[in-house]
Amino acid sequence: MSVQKPRTLFDKIWDAHVVDTLPDGTALLYIDLHLTHEVTTPQAYDGLRAAGRRVRRPDATLAVVDHNIATDDSRRTGIVDPESRLQVETLEKNVAEFGVPYIPLLDDRQGIVHVIGPELGRSLPGMTIVCGDSHTSTHGAMGALAFGIGTSEVEHVLATQTLLQKPAKNMKVQVDGNLAFGCSGKDIVLAIIGKIGTAGGTGHVIEYAGDTIRALDMAGRMTVCNMTIEGGARAGMVAPDQTTFDYVAQTPNGPKGETLERALAWWKTLPSDPGAHFDRVVSLNAHEIAPQVTWGTSPEDVLPITGIIPNPEEAADEARRAQLRRMVEYMGLTPGQRLQELPVDVVFIGSCTNSRIEDIRAAAAIAKGRRVADGVRAMVVPGSGLVKKQAEREGLDRILREAGFEWREAGCSMCLGMNPDKLTPGQRSASTSNRNFEGRQGPGGRTHLLSPAMAAAAAVAGHLADVRDYQPKEALS
Amino acid sequence: MKAFTTLTGIAAPLPMANVDTDKIIPARFLKSISRAGFGKHLFANLRFREDGSENPDFVLNQEPYRRAEILIAYENFGCGSSREHAPWALLDFGIRCVIAPDFADIFNNNCYKNGVLPVRLPREVCELLVEDAKLGGNARVTVDLERQVVIRPNGEEHSFPVDALRKRLLLNGLDDIGQTLQHGTQIDSYEAKQKSAQPWLAPA
Repeated sequence: MSVQKPRTLFDKIWDAHVVDTLPDGTALLYIDLHLTHEVTTPQAYDGLRAAGRRVRRPDATLAVVDHNIATDDSRRTGIVDPESRLQVETLEKNVAEFGVPYIPLLDDRQGIVHVIGPELGRSLPGMTIVCGDSHTSTHGAMGALAFGIGTSEVEHVLATQTLLQKPAKNMKVQVDGNLAFGCSGKDIVLAIIGKIGTAGGTGHVIEYAGDTIRALDMAGRMTVCNMTIEGGARAGMVAPDQTTFDYVAQTPNGPKGETLERALAWWKTLPSDPGAHFDRVVSLNAHEIAPQVTWGTSPEDVLPITGIIPNPEEAADEARRAQLRRMVEYMGLTPGQRLQELPVDVVFIGSCTNSRIEDIRAAAAIAKGRRVADGVRAMVVPGSGLVKKQAEREGLDRILREAGFEWREAGCSMCLGMNPDKLTPGQRSASTSNRNFEGRQGPGGRTHLLSPAMAAAAAVAGHLADVRDYQPKEALS
Repeated sequence: MKAFTTLTGIAAPLPMANVDTDKIIPARFLKSISRAGFGKHLFANLRFREDGSENPDFVLNQEPYRRAEILIAYENFGCGSSREHAPWALLDFGIRCVIAPDFADIFNNNCYKNGVLPVRLPREVCELLVEDAKLGGNARVTVDLERQVVIRPNGEEHSFPVDALRKRLLLNGLDDIGQTLQHGTQIDSYEAKQKSAQPWLAPA
């Protein structure tokens, strides 16, 4: 009997899901869980109807609305924007026609698709998970292979429960050492993107390893995996361990009892084998990571909060100089300016990157006993109805409201400028979301990405601020 | 899907790296429930001013590039969101081929599903093509998928890589769901095996 070659976490999940291999090496990959939302599905259902096809596994599909919806009380009286309303109504009509399970807007379990999957216990270790959304990489934190797909692929999965895929290359990002004071998963992933660049992971699946990653809770791991796509890799993953298993055990829909025991037996075999081959390895020292903030219009343009705006003329080549000039101009900056001098108009704490209970606790810890600075609009948007309820049980909503933050309903909100929560031209935001592209949070909006604690510090300071100067005044009760 | 064989047309120069899909089509225009009509919002934030008027500085507002069928750009084209609305918007505008040093993975896949060909050529070749494209309507570029070459207006040829399966589907305009459904028996048996081996995958 031959000894099997050592395999990575990615290799193992991949191998377990290959239904068939085409002559050119393309695999027909089985998909265990298909998460869907209103924006990237209507054309896929149209395609099914036109071809007379059905949804093969409604039970392995879950639909929710998150992108288009308002995050204030107006959601209770219906969606105002006629196009947004039509898109949501179209999803409701489609899920009814094709028998797909759906979490409606006013259900407590409603929320951002990448928050609710893990939270409900639907996203599990060892699974293949897809969604018509690039931030599907989030679910890799469960020890799953999870990646975003386009609408044609959504249709393909609805019809066949499979995808045609070529295997990705393996990349390992190793982070070791104690995370420095004031830092979180967000600072780790921003530092990684700063190091590898926004295309650094293209063609690869990234496995995050090392004792810093091991020490992160599930929310921190989800933040890291979430922004993997900002480093160019479609999927990021963390090997499942006791932290993962404990998390799964407390979810409402995760396996229980004997079924859980059987699952655990397999999940424990998933971590990469010693000696498994990685095509690329990148290492970081956690204690060298300071709280991070992006200054430009690509997530790779990131600096420690103590940094200064770079001078475009000092860049190596003309293409980069032109790119940096454009960024400095768009962002309304001056080379040499200190990041901490930049006044903010809006603070947004939310999105599939940072809207979990741990993120809200981190923001509330900084906000407690302080006030949002005059002239700053600060909003906290929980990732799901369940997160919101949990925060309210812990009294976090009261702390945040007393400090002057808006406490809102679950949704994608100001991450992407698709619903009523948007920046107006020229407004500067400190945002816990994932993309600082031109116009991402609204046309002309200027986005600085940072962690929830850093966002809360910016809200009370009125400008980008070093969270290490704004430590909790009192413990959260 | 329309087949892609050979295309000779006007190429628009967009010499920028990291052209993200929010730039190609901002999220506020993703509310349509059809695949058609996104072309008018292609590059909306660059093409139009705040008051909705055209920005004359943007290449696609200039002649002859309003009729461009090819776009030349730099590294990491199509990064960011998975929105297939990005290739839909390009196609609806009339662009059937993007040439760049490399593409973000999801955008790359989405192009192939819609008969848009993403062509990878080295940066220095893209820079030459940008210069060619600046010559406008007299400098047409040819993209020959069968032979896997881009032909510059001066006749110089540059070959590009393309996956064999994708090439076949694109040359024939085939959608791949039909092809996958031919593996129905294997999918059935995979599911049967999984059901007994991994009972936790059935939702509670």
